[in-house]
Amino acid sequence: MTNPRSRTRATPPLTLTLPASRGDATRPDRLGAKRHVVWLALAVGACGSAPPPAAESPRRPTPEVALPPLPWLAERRIAGPPRSPMVALRGGTVMTAAGAIIPRGVVLMHNGRIEAVGPVDDTQVPEGAIVVDTTGRFVTPGIIDAHSHMGVYASPGLVATDDGNEATSPVTAQISAEDAFWPQDPQLQRALRAGVTSILVLPGSANLVGGRGVVFKLHLGRSADEMRFPGAPDSLKIACGENPRRVYGVEREAFPSTRMGNLAGYRASFQQAVEYGRSWRTWQHTWRLWRQKRIKYERDLREHRAARRRAQSGAAATATADGGAETPTEPEDPGPEPAPPARDFGLETLLGAIEGRVLVQNHCYRAEEMVRMMRLGRELGFGIRAFHHAVEAYKIRDLLAEADVGIATWVDWWGFKLEAYDAIPENLALLTEAGVRAVLHSDSAMLVQRLNQEAGKGMRYGRDAGIPITEDQALRWITANPAWAIGVDQQTGSIEPGKMADVVVWSQSPFSVYARADLVFVDGLLAWDRHTPGSLPPTDFEVGQGSNPGGAR
Amino acid sequence: MMLETLTFFAIVGALIRPVDGPPIPQGTIVVRDGRIVSVAAGRAPPAGAEVIDGAGMVVTPGFVAVESALGLVEIDLEDSTRDAAPEGDASDPVRAAFSAADGYNPLATAIPVARTGGVTSALSTPMGGLVSGTSAWVDLAGERPADAIARAVAALHVRLDDGGIGASGGARSSTLTRLRETLDDARLYGRSRGAYDRRALREMRVSRLDLERLQEALAGRIPVVVRVSRASDILRVLELAREYRFRLVLAGAEEAWRVADRIAADDVPVILQPLTNLPTSFATLGSRYDNAALLVRAGVRVVFEASGAADLRNLRQEAGNAVAWGVDPEVALRALTLEPARVFGMDREYGALTPNRVANLVMWSGDPFETSTRAVRVWIRGRNATLRTRQTALFERYRDLRRVRRGAPRPSVPVRSSGL
Repeated sequence: MTNPRSRTRATPPLTLTLPASRGDATRPDRLGAKRHVVWLALAVGACGSAPPPAAESPRRPTPEVALPPLPWLAERRIAGPPRSPMVALRGGTVMTAAGAIIPRGVVLMHNGRIEAVGPVDDTQVPEGAIVVDTTGRFVTPGIIDAHSHMGVYASPGLVATDDGNEATSPVTAQISAEDAFWPQDPQLQRALRAGVTSILVLPGSANLVGGRGVVFKLHLGRSADEMRFPGAPDSLKIACGENPRRVYGVEREAFPSTRMGNLAGYRASFQQAVEYGRSWRTWQHTWRLWRQKRIKYERDLREHRAARRRAQSGAAATATADGGAETPTEPEDPGPEPAPPARDFGLETLLGAIEGRVLVQNHCYRAEEMVRMMRLGRELGFGIRAFHHAVEAYKIRDLLAEADVGIATWVDWWGFKLEAYDAIPENLALLTEAGVRAVLHSDSAMLVQRLNQEAGKGMRYGRDAGIPITEDQALRWITANPAWAIGVDQQTGSIEPGKMADVVVWSQSPFSVYARADLVFVDGLLAWDRHTPGSLPPTDFEVGQGSNPGGAR
Repeated sequence: MMLETLTFFAIVGALIRPVDGPPIPQGTIVVRDGRIVSVAAGRAPPAGAEVIDGAGMVVTPGFVAVESALGLVEIDLEDSTRDAAPEGDASDPVRAAFSAADGYNPLATAIPVARTGGVTSALSTPMGGLVSGTSAWVDLAGERPADAIARAVAALHVRLDDGGIGASGGARSSTLTRLRETLDDARLYGRSRGAYDRRALREMRVSRLDLERLQEALAGRIPVVVRVSRASDILRVLELAREYRFRLVLAGAEEAWRVADRIAADDVPVILQPLTNLPTSFATLGSRYDNAALLVRAGVRVVFEASGAADLRNLRQEAGNAVAWGVDPEVALRALTLEPARVFGMDREYGALTPNRVANLVMWSGDPFETSTRAVRVWIRGRNATLRTRQTALFERYRDLRRVRRGAPRPSVPVRSSGL
């Protein structure tokens, strides 16, 4: 009676109600969406020859069928804040990294969150709070390192601990730093003792596409799961310049051996991800069409059988000489359920980068390469969250500010390779002045232990050059700005009510070479107390080695 | 390098920290013809001297950077710019005659950068192998090697750390055997040069020029710096020094604190990097920030090093961290000035602000170790040394982006694709 195919026509012309990306929907799939429409036209055509003009009764609407979910967008549960006592840090200089520096302030923390911050005179400390007298000390947000390899390039650096680079292929989007993370790495503990509370652990830079990076809190634990930053997006590590072409081209005579090869490698990878996403959307719509047909088929089949029964019984009862009743034609079976495409976890990571769920962290030193990468991102539809190392960022700071790309770099590392030759110690200050989100990162298990001093130096280099960097700005280089770069700025990175209680009490101004972290709170829990022996026991690796790990407090 | 000639001047009103005497809160230091003339309390600039106002400033001797390849390496990853070691793994790990003085480039870009951190002299040091070669004492001034090099052969450098062991057999016994063989050859050669020249001696594994250079170490004319990490290895090196009677200096020495008493008993100085606290290998399990403080407490003389030639401007940060972890500030200052001068036999000329010493000095805006201060002026051999670097030039070039060249300003116009 009806051609089930004709239903496809009645279906609205597939103005894609794309499944909303879970989480960060800041970057809609600009390029992707357009391609999608084009594809749909093709896909519909592919369903069969053009349907005949509607011999179709409009009485029955097409069944409502939602698109099937994409497997990588499945809901995950994230851990809530831990229970922690109510603690008031009272009397010290509070540097919030949110604009205010309060000379005699209070920070009130409870159940993992900062509850209140303000001057001593205006801030009430509830009864029952544990009050810590911080007079003469300085209170800051916990330090955040946006570029770490702790846990994957562990200490000691042995054959057995060399887990940072899957240097067997220039594109390894399918790997994740989380899978190699060794929570007993002694480096993690040293960083915590220096006031570091969150880190982005990235794969190394041997590969064009290195794989996923993961954010951890320095709650030392037994597994990556126990240390993962709840709700933090993953990052994608990609690396420009000398490293991939040296590791593959120079050392193995393999692709890539030039910067041309580098760019071609990213382009091919991201294009593959675009096509991967398209294949899944194709499947989603094919499946929906199939489902609609199936529902209709089942309905038509029921009606068909009923009609036939009616016809048969009617025929038996009223058999006449003028012949039998007409037998209705059977509806057409829409066939088996379309199978989804094969999953590819690497392409899912790259697709996540395109769709904004995964933040792109791009190791890239030189100015013209960064410009090239921003163009490639526009071409293929991915945004770059931050360039890392980026010692030449000062040369293109106007372009970076306009594109709102962050810069994670050192203060004064330079010269170790040609692409680090033009580094200048005023880089962070110039970027800050130009409105770029500037991040002071470590990339080193030693430097991570003195990011506060490095911020002090960076501020001084700026001021010496006539760029009036404030203490709040310098503090943001190691707190609020890296929080943004790694996608956790809504949760941590500053001392503001509602944020995670990641807080450090320093013996003196954190910018001083003599400053020491006296207390470190992670989620409101005291993770390090310099004056209490044994507050942080040695890692499994160091226990029983007959040393005093890391020395005196 | 640009050297402003300024041969007769007095800095007045500064806090003077002469190192081998107590600090002078409001002192005057007079420099003439490249030498320090006087250091005294009060304001008394001599007639005819240019007067430099040091109010609020701190004056110290210039710092000495040891154990770096300053002037020997321009870019670490570019072999063509590296002169700190022979290229390739096939090279003999024993190369006592390899001399930093042959490769030192006084125009290396790291040199002015180091000066901005108050470094005025350096021990330009070869790297790698088991016996790396000899270092040169240089002042960070002058455009020609001869202007910079104050002592062409300052010390012999040996490595018994993981790197040195890896370069000479991969096991401690192979390394020590090779070193003993080298020293034995040198001893025999020194006693019987005539027989050697007549080819009447047993076969030597070490080349003639290496043997020659080793004589200076065996005779105690130059110290032998041995880079070593593990405590048990340090003890073996102390024994070796007693056996062959060379002037030992330990370097690296991450686990030195474990055997501080023995090091003190032999009066062996230790070169170490204060910012070291990771068990980076099984040889450095005992690495800790207060290594220097524990050694000083045991009576060991310490010298501080940084992590490489490009990083020498941060020597002062290393010293500041040593102070934060328990070293007295005056001892930390000495570890960058008089102590390295003494270790390398240059202390009659360098390392302290006293009359007749070479006028290598730095005027700081405050505490020389603090992150908020800077070297305001640096004098080397009594001359004002520029604090401009290649980095300064780049900063100035990009200070105002509107003045940076960026191709022709072209408005964009739509075109039909050519299909290329």
